[in-house]
Amino acid sequence: MNATETTDVLIVGSGFGGSITAYHLAAGGAKVTVLERGPWLNSEEFDHDFKFGSSATRVFDFVVGDGMSVLGGNCVGGGSVVYFATMPRAPRFVFERHGSIGRRMWPAAIDRDALEPWYDRVAEALPVTPTSWDEVPYIGGVFAAACKAAGHTANPSPSAVDTSLCTNCNWMMSGCRFDAKRSLLLNYLPAALSHGAEIRPLHEVQKITKRDTGDYRVHYNTIDEVDYRQQTGSGTIDAKIVILAAGTAATPVILQRSEPELGRMPHAVGRYFSGNGERLNTAVLEDDKVRELLGLSRDEANAYGAYQIGRGPVVASWDRLDGDLPEYERFSLEQLYFPPGFGTILAQVPDAKGPSWYGPEKKEMLRKWRSWLTVFTMSEDDNEGVFGPPPPTGNSERLSQQLLGFGSLRYRPTENTLRGWEVSDAAVRDILEHNGLARVMPWTNDVIGAYTVHPLASCRIGDDPETSALDDRHELRGHPGIFVTDGSAVPGALTVNPAFTIAALAERAVPGIMHALRERGVEVHYGAPAPDGGGAARRGTAAAVRAVLG
Amino acid sequence: MPETECPPSRSTVLEAFADTIIPGEKRHPDDRAVAGVSEGGGAVAAGAIDVLETPEGGMAPALDDLARMLDEHAVAYRAGRGLPEDREPFVGLGYDDRLALVGELLAPGHPEHAMWAGLAMFSFMAFDTGAHMHTADAIAAGHPGLATLGFAPPGEDGLWRFPAYSYGRPLADVHPDTDPTGSPV
Repeated sequence: MNATETTDVLIVGSGFGGSITAYHLAAGGAKVTVLERGPWLNSEEFDHDFKFGSSATRVFDFVVGDGMSVLGGNCVGGGSVVYFATMPRAPRFVFERHGSIGRRMWPAAIDRDALEPWYDRVAEALPVTPTSWDEVPYIGGVFAAACKAAGHTANPSPSAVDTSLCTNCNWMMSGCRFDAKRSLLLNYLPAALSHGAEIRPLHEVQKITKRDTGDYRVHYNTIDEVDYRQQTGSGTIDAKIVILAAGTAATPVILQRSEPELGRMPHAVGRYFSGNGERLNTAVLEDDKVRELLGLSRDEANAYGAYQIGRGPVVASWDRLDGDLPEYERFSLEQLYFPPGFGTILAQVPDAKGPSWYGPEKKEMLRKWRSWLTVFTMSEDDNEGVFGPPPPTGNSERLSQQLLGFGSLRYRPTENTLRGWEVSDAAVRDILEHNGLARVMPWTNDVIGAYTVHPLASCRIGDDPETSALDDRHELRGHPGIFVTDGSAVPGALTVNPAFTIAALAERAVPGIMHALRERGVEVHYGAPAPDGGGAARRGTAAAVRAVLG
Repeated sequence: MPETECPPSRSTVLEAFADTIIPGEKRHPDDRAVAGVSEGGGAVAAGAIDVLETPEGGMAPALDDLARMLDEHAVAYRAGRGLPEDREPFVGLGYDDRLALVGELLAPGHPEHAMWAGLAMFSFMAFDTGAHMHTADAIAAGHPGLATLGFAPPGEDGLWRFPAYSYGRPLADVHPDTDPTGSPV
């Protein structure tokens, strides 16, 4: 093997937690190396194609666990390449949640007010913008009208989509061909590269060890670009600081595998996993009812029939985001399109006499696919996921060349979580079955257990060493110089899409990481503007930065 | 991955399983695998065997065992119900019995649940996505699953665009506690 290389900062993963820190640290003067397990695709490689081996399988990981399956990004840009770019800020009550530990689970230093300036930095960088009604696809419109008819409010969600470039093709889960979705490939990552950061795709980090010098040694395998089951080599890189941002389903696994050599891990590593309380219901709308009850029509032939048209979730109902409601009964509902495959298999036939997710009745339901409307619940679960022993490499034992593998996560929803799902299922029925508009059924959990596209909290921040793996600066307890900045650091379910909050927390973590670099003799300076040069949001964080860096 | 040999009997058994998941019409009068309980092509006509055998999917090495085990379960199933034993075990079952047996195998808690769920999901994917083909080619060739869904075809360049996409007007009141950025407070 090659001699071990050295760097100031080694970042594992290039999603929000990796890219944001890479940019600021490189711009601040540190030598930054990013190892990304997945491939590096450009926009021309984002296919409109379900074929195995197209970007639909290249950029994704679907890890089936025991009772919980996790869908996540697996490419340079991470989750930002595959996400729907729906970017609400987390409601104020979320930061006051107690969850399963009986006291506030967020660090005292963080509430919505404290995070606001960091949200602003991300909003300027991506950018995140409000959505107007005339940009809402049919599916969001029909959901909004159904909400109104049932006495509910509905909001077009803020989003990181440049609607002037968007074709509403709904292929965004495979990466955006048109550069309309503001992934990290368009802002933080090129800015990091311009400041000298190095990004290495198809490098899967396995474990971390410690050197006598105090530096950390990061051990990786290189991965075949087509068959991710195949390793093509291995190597090590020494770094003064390691930032883990491999994703909620991978970061704790790397730490578990490192424990025998690195030393005891905090109790919360690989525990307190949250699926963001996620749940899906699919409705089949009656077109004549859409016209008659909601007064909507696309043209003479169709009132709706537009499931395929749009860009994921655009409209949400936030009536249940009420801090006065009991914990576990608060949730948001978003209309959603999921492409065939992911989005069709688990949907259940209302009133099925035979099997509900396959068989003759399911085929009849598929004939009405254009009239489907899926509703996405994000609620408050109980952080009940626990990771078992790590697999030999990576975070799953891969079945397919790409996409599909089996991981060690075990999840048994508690009564609290189940109650949240039950209340949200009822709310979805209340909206969409009102006056016979549609019939609705939740997706089955009998096939792959529960599922989430927003895994959180498997290595979380907090003030209590017993229930949090990281302190409020995202540093791993007992292992100074290792930071975690991905979704695993978020303490619990957010009741809304979490990408914006993960990104804001990563922005907020940067000064603390710079402080640790300075302690190790690396001269770094905070103050880079937004990736496009904008400096408006930087002023809002100045006081918080001074408090850490002086 | 090495190519896996595909004896006809194995394919017939797996086709009968795929047809249980998404049924279709018989391809010809002597079609034993497809029960023929649904109008139009089902998972078999959509390419289930091709999808299961792709090297990308990772199922190919397990298919011999899955077909054999399915027949073993069918032998036990028909013995327990006094059904005729002079025919192919799984393929020889009527559709309702195939459905009942597959229901047992797919039930949560069955010790082999994961492998049958995997076989079912790949069969399903053949129908809903035609994952063994480029989607534009599949649509042009009249892929029965994508046609059943009514999946719209791409433009001439093979990409999808929907220029008409919005009702274009406010359709609900927004939440009173919405902040100036458009987020919940």
